[in-house]
Amino acid sequence: MALRVQFENNNDIGCFARLTNAYCLVAVGGSEAFYSAFEAELADHIPVIHASVAGCRIIGRLCVGNKHGLLLPSTTNDQELLHIRNSLPESIVVQRVEERLSALGNCIACNDYAALVHTDLDRETEEIIADTLQVETFRQTLAGEALVGSYCYFTNQGGVVHPMCRVEDLDELSGLLQVPLVAGTVNRGSEVIGAGIVANDWLGYCGFATTATELSVVESILKLRTWADNNAYDSSGAFKSALIDALA
Amino acid sequence: MGTTSVQDQSTVTILCCLCGAPITANPSNMCVHCLRSQVDLTQGFPKQCALVYCKFCGRYLVPPKTWVRADLESKELMTICLKRLKRLVKLHLVDAAFVWTEPHSRRIRLRLTVQDEVLNRTILEQSFIVEFVVELQQCADCKREAAKIEAWEAVVQLRQRVDHKRTLFYLEQLILKHNAHEDVLGIRQQKDGLDFYFVHRSHALKFLSFLHNVACVRQRQSNHLVSHDPSNNVYRYKYTFSAEIPPICREDLVYLPPRVATQLGGLSSLLLVHRITNQIRLLDPLTGFEHHIDGATYWRLGLTALMNARRLTAFVVLDVEPVERDPAATSCGHLDQRFRLADATVARAADLGVNDQQFLVRTHLGNILKAGDLVLGYDLVSANLNESDLFESLQSDSLKATLPEIVLVKRGYPQRDRTKQRIWTLRELPKDDGDVGEHRHALREGARVTGRQRDQRDVALERDREEFMQELEQDPELRATVNLYKDPTKFVEDGLGRLGIRYPGDRKWTASERAQGQSRRNVQNANRFDGQRGMNAYAVLEADTDADQSDDYPSVSLDELLDGLDISDDADQGQDAVTS
Repeated sequence: MALRVQFENNNDIGCFARLTNAYCLVAVGGSEAFYSAFEAELADHIPVIHASVAGCRIIGRLCVGNKHGLLLPSTTNDQELLHIRNSLPESIVVQRVEERLSALGNCIACNDYAALVHTDLDRETEEIIADTLQVETFRQTLAGEALVGSYCYFTNQGGVVHPMCRVEDLDELSGLLQVPLVAGTVNRGSEVIGAGIVANDWLGYCGFATTATELSVVESILKLRTWADNNAYDSSGAFKSALIDALA
Repeated sequence: MGTTSVQDQSTVTILCCLCGAPITANPSNMCVHCLRSQVDLTQGFPKQCALVYCKFCGRYLVPPKTWVRADLESKELMTICLKRLKRLVKLHLVDAAFVWTEPHSRRIRLRLTVQDEVLNRTILEQSFIVEFVVELQQCADCKREAAKIEAWEAVVQLRQRVDHKRTLFYLEQLILKHNAHEDVLGIRQQKDGLDFYFVHRSHALKFLSFLHNVACVRQRQSNHLVSHDPSNNVYRYKYTFSAEIPPICREDLVYLPPRVATQLGGLSSLLLVHRITNQIRLLDPLTGFEHHIDGATYWRLGLTALMNARRLTAFVVLDVEPVERDPAATSCGHLDQRFRLADATVARAADLGVNDQQFLVRTHLGNILKAGDLVLGYDLVSANLNESDLFESLQSDSLKATLPEIVLVKRGYPQRDRTKQRIWTLRELPKDDGDVGEHRHALREGARVTGRQRDQRDVALERDREEFMQELEQDPELRATVNLYKDPTKFVEDGLGRLGIRYPGDRKWTASERAQGQSRRNVQNANRFDGQRGMNAYAVLEADTDADQSDDYPSVSLDELLDGLDISDDADQGQDAVTS
């Protein structure tokens, strides 16, 4: 199931949240409805916490993580680091990275097993990524764009990449990552996929402007359609409410 | 490899973000139909527009106040229509075409194709139709005509107060050559010159400035208030410009009173007018020096001709003795190298066989004259002059000694009818005959312009014209300043699309006859040139035509002549517009 949300009337929700299979970080801000949307679906399963990085709300662009760990840029202050450390389960390694390209979310895209990284990233940082997140790293570009974190989003189930990708790039990438990939758009034709989608293996969020077509593409490739969605009965066993009750 | 690489370059298929149709990715990531439903390039673009048309003269209004003639579905009309669409500058116009409408529907439909950038760097192309509604309105000119307001606002009265029209003929040719008459509404022949009528004062001023460039014109202006509206402070005038040309012409003899001659830098007293442009060039026949007088100086001095070309006398040259120019002789002015000083012994042509009177004359025509030639000059000995100053000079012996008895002007040729040999002709300004005005004037005076008077005037006019044309033939320098055209009546086209010259001596001269008679004729002049109609012309002159060929009269070569004189096109221009 993928949901449409917006953060203070902004469709680029990927900037303001970081969702993995083990935790969810949500930006501190006036928009509690945004937090609620995550909390309502996820709080039963994983910790959903408010966080900021270097005093900024754009945590989705600044940090990157998976179920094994979380990488924070060097600009993160100690208090924020401590708060995140305390809020996350013990098993998750939280690590601050000394990296010139400090918007880690833009430069790195990862699931629990593989990561695409910016071509100019430090070799040391790449090692830290491999160690902390326990992933295989690949230096790649997408449709000529070096910011792989911005222009693609993938989970363990599948992924969406920049629409201008060439066919053989797409094949190569999906071979590397071992997940099915599709070229697509979010937020009514926007190619900045990373800013439009926040998802883990069972739940996804898209920007509010995302059209039904885009949503269905995202849902199908990230395998967010549960059995219940295709059934006439909902999870509690009751018959789903009809779309049209009666023709007045 | 080549084919695979092409395939490799292809981008993936994505779904249109709105309708889900599979498309190749584009910057907007929408299919064309969805994009078109999202954005309209023609938003705010006027789909209907008014076009003002004057049905009386068939012209369209190009704001603010120009009226342009344009046919339906013409390039000009397209320009006018597109200019009306102000918003078009914001879009990139790719194509524009007329959509056919009934001519009487007063609708002009234009299909425009425009391009513009929409969303993020997506270029969208769109076609649409703009309908122009033709609205009728009288244009300013037609309004004036309908209100019976006289068409002209300014008139330039070109005058030269002499008893011949040679200078005016020359000016007419200059006007034609420089197309100075393009704004003229009409031209009317008057007694001493021409009236040029203009719709606007500015056109008249432009014409006057042209006249100032080619002649020493004295200008006067007077305004006639036609109507005025004091509440709006609108005054309508008729402007009359009088442009007077000096009453002296080429080859005239000018007498400078001693005071004036000194004032101008010690010139001789008797000078020949050598050429008149926007300055007067005076030639001293005794020294060969040339002096320039500009228009302002001329009008200040008010020089008049002592004797004019009508009073030239024919002399026969008996002997020519070149004279070396005295190197010590200095004079202000410009030494013309074309002339050479000589002492010529001449006798009056009329005196031959009557008496043995001979004159020894210092002349500037040293390299032109030879013994036995005919020469034209002013005979001051037998002349009856009424210049009082000169008369006084002649009284005093000292001055009399300095004055020449005879001034030779130019080489003469036996008087014959040159018109038959002439293969060229001149264009003429479309002139209104002054008869209407003159006739009315005459009626008021209680007189009548008789047919005989008119005949006399025509004869004089023809004679002046012939003199002018001979002048052109004899002076290549003068000829270079005007346009000469092939006389269409003198040329016949043969079957091969070539032009040949027809002579009046021949009877009806057809191409086949000419081919037969070719052996008889001597091809004298076979200048080949490309004319406007791309024809090659050649002249066939008869070797044994008549004695005219023997007097070595200068002829105009064919390559000086221009093609394309259409006699009929002069006839109707400007005749209708002038009302008086």
